Amino acid sequence: MKSRKRFTVAAVASALLLAVSACSQGSTTKQPDAGSSQSAGPAHIKIAYQQWGPGVVMKNFLTGVKSEYEAAHPGSQVEIVPVVASENDYYTKIQLMMRSPNTAPDIVYEDTFLINSDITAGYLKPLDDYIKNWDQWSQFEDTAKGAAKGQDGKTYGVPDGTDTRALWYNKQIFQKAGLPADWQPKTWDDVLSAARTIKQKVPGVTPFNMYSGKPMGEGSAMQGFEMLLYGTKDTLYNYDQKKWVVGSQGFKDSLNFVKTVFTEGLAPSPKDALSPNMGSKVGTELLPQSKLAIDLDGSWIYGNWLKSGAKPWPQWSTVLGQTAMPTQDGSGKGKVSLSGGWTWAIPAKAKSPDAAWDFIKTLQTPQNAAKYATDGAQIAVRKDVASNAAYKSSSASTQFFTDLVSVTVYRPALPEYPKVSNEIITAMESVMTGQSSPDDAAKNYDQAVEGIVGGKDSTTTKSTGQ
Amino acid sequence: MTTTVAPTAAAAPTTGKRPRGAKLVRMLPLSPAIGLMLVFLAGPILYCVYAAFTNMALTGPGAANVKFVGLDNFRKAFGSGAFTNAIWLTLVFTLISAIIGQNTLGLGLALLMRKSTKVVRNFVGTAVIGAWVLPEVVAAYLLSAFFNDNGTLNVILHAVGLPGQDWLYGAPIIAVSLANIWRGTAFSMLVYSAALSEIPKEIEESAEMDGAGGWRRLAFVTVPMITRAIMTNLMLITLQTLSVFGLIYAMTRGGPGTKSQTLPLYMYEQAFSFSQIGYGTAIALVMLAIGAVFSLIYLRGLNSEAA
Repeated sequence: MKSRKRFTVAAVASALLLAVSACSQGSTTKQPDAGSSQSAGPAHIKIAYQQWGPGVVMKNFLTGVKSEYEAAHPGSQVEIVPVVASENDYYTKIQLMMRSPNTAPDIVYEDTFLINSDITAGYLKPLDDYIKNWDQWSQFEDTAKGAAKGQDGKTYGVPDGTDTRALWYNKQIFQKAGLPADWQPKTWDDVLSAARTIKQKVPGVTPFNMYSGKPMGEGSAMQGFEMLLYGTKDTLYNYDQKKWVVGSQGFKDSLNFVKTVFTEGLAPSPKDALSPNMGSKVGTELLPQSKLAIDLDGSWIYGNWLKSGAKPWPQWSTVLGQTAMPTQDGSGKGKVSLSGGWTWAIPAKAKSPDAAWDFIKTLQTPQNAAKYATDGAQIAVRKDVASNAAYKSSSASTQFFTDLVSVTVYRPALPEYPKVSNEIITAMESVMTGQSSPDDAAKNYDQAVEGIVGGKDSTTTKSTGQ
Repeated sequence: MTTTVAPTAAAAPTTGKRPRGAKLVRMLPLSPAIGLMLVFLAGPILYCVYAAFTNMALTGPGAANVKFVGLDNFRKAFGSGAFTNAIWLTLVFTLISAIIGQNTLGLGLALLMRKSTKVVRNFVGTAVIGAWVLPEVVAAYLLSAFFNDNGTLNVILHAVGLPGQDWLYGAPIIAVSLANIWRGTAFSMLVYSAALSEIPKEIEESAEMDGAGGWRRLAFVTVPMITRAIMTNLMLITLQTLSVFGLIYAMTRGGPGTKSQTLPLYMYEQAFSFSQIGYGTAIALVMLAIGAVFSLIYLRGLNSEAA
């Protein structure tokens, strides 16, 4: 008995020692000062990005840039690391990679919605010293530059494109349902009534799709919910008071819209809608097979149907039309769109940041930027690309989605946003599955947001415009 | 039985008489094992306890400066509907799938197999243990196909004229509980088979001679004689079931909504999908506490039995 006691004491003591050393290790480890020594010689660069299901556009693009870079920098090696994961899993995986110098990539593809959170986490390296000597930076639109700025005013990423969102609709199905081929809904009710008509007259077709619930992650919050919310009089964040908005009517109305489409059977069954690969299913099955009439989705989805895409479908430009998502009752600008986009960033613990910057410059030569904007179905963020004739005519929808930039809204680029976004999709999922009423879900959201942003003092019930 | 106990009992006094130095020398070969255990077992557990009281996160402020937040994580948990929902579902899942399902089914199978022929015994044994040795994800995949809207179960139900139902969507917690019963019953069956084989035949025979029927023999003779096995079995399967993750994650991902989101799934979502490590570890501690409560209850049962 005595020896067991002694053993326990020893065990606890050494474990404590261990835990303490494990904690301090994180805070005191010095970053290797790799910058200056490595820029001269050849370097090994690791570049991590999200691989979207079957899509290989980014992979092909990066492979091309890799050979260009390796040819220009003899002895250098570029390792492309595709992270195949769903939305939320991707962020978790790269965050885990960036935590340690042993695993941190040299370049990482960051969604603008997460970049501020990762900047606050200290994962990313400010790029200002590099940018000030870069002649291409003046080509970037100011809004895009803002997307990768931290609250300290420094820039942490180079944007490679943006996107807008709207309604895609199938003209053939519309014809069968007796709806106009040049459809222009003015209010939410116009959208719902078109969907109801289709449900009635064209059986076997899903009338309307919006992403909703946890499996689609930020896609649900942004393409789905915020496209509704920003068409009401309310917003997520009050920029004047610098407070998050709770208890708004617009939030409840948006949840009610979600409830309507799912309970009336205007959308896919909640079970299908909650499948984690709903995004690729819409792009590669439902739309090309004319099984879906209206899709609230992003500007990029035609990328699926290009020759290089996951599901080549040359007829898409004649079968599908695009129209702006209307505001709730047609007021305001009458239409609404949200923009995001991705940036190339350098992790704070990258081993060869200077070489990484050289590689980012290669990614953003005017030719490569234009190539990615057309192949990747992006809305250009560079003035030279936007005025490039080949880009403008690259797809039947490019002009339409580029024009939406004039009404587009950016998400509140604050470190708390990703957590707020999780609460939005949780609320959506509980409404679409019938677990809670829109009012209860909104109440839970309000409570959760107060917890995230630090109490009632940081929230307001008043929304302001953008 | 008694012969196995005797040598250890005899050896015990001699170790006490050895000088301390010799004892330490004898411990020496164990030290690498003890060291490894400290590093890989005690270390992470203590780190987990530490993390539960901080705002540690994978991104945002909690990733740059980890701060102590006291009991905030626990306050947040107990104030949240999602957490209480998860506790409730965990208890339902444990009760249905382990305490009722695996336990009684395991006992039933063990009793039946004692009476059956060797062929039947081998056949049933192989089938039940087969479910147990299948990798968790494979089992979950098979069971998803079984419970699916147009899966085997509904085909069978329709064939006998019963209405089918979308198990994974309509009754997810029932579906995953049934799946866990299917997968875990083998363990209880083996424990009970071993315990039953220890009951001397004469006792049952004399009960039969005294005129006790099948049920009365079971209730008054067999079950009291294997109480220790029952308690041990309940403790082990409860602890196993509390922490089931892969099966549920692969079958329903905790959904739809949060209808099958037990504590391990809730913890995973908060820690790894929503990046809140501190909060996630706090939930892990609560899980640990629930497991400890169950263990205490069963241990009391064991002790009162021994006394």
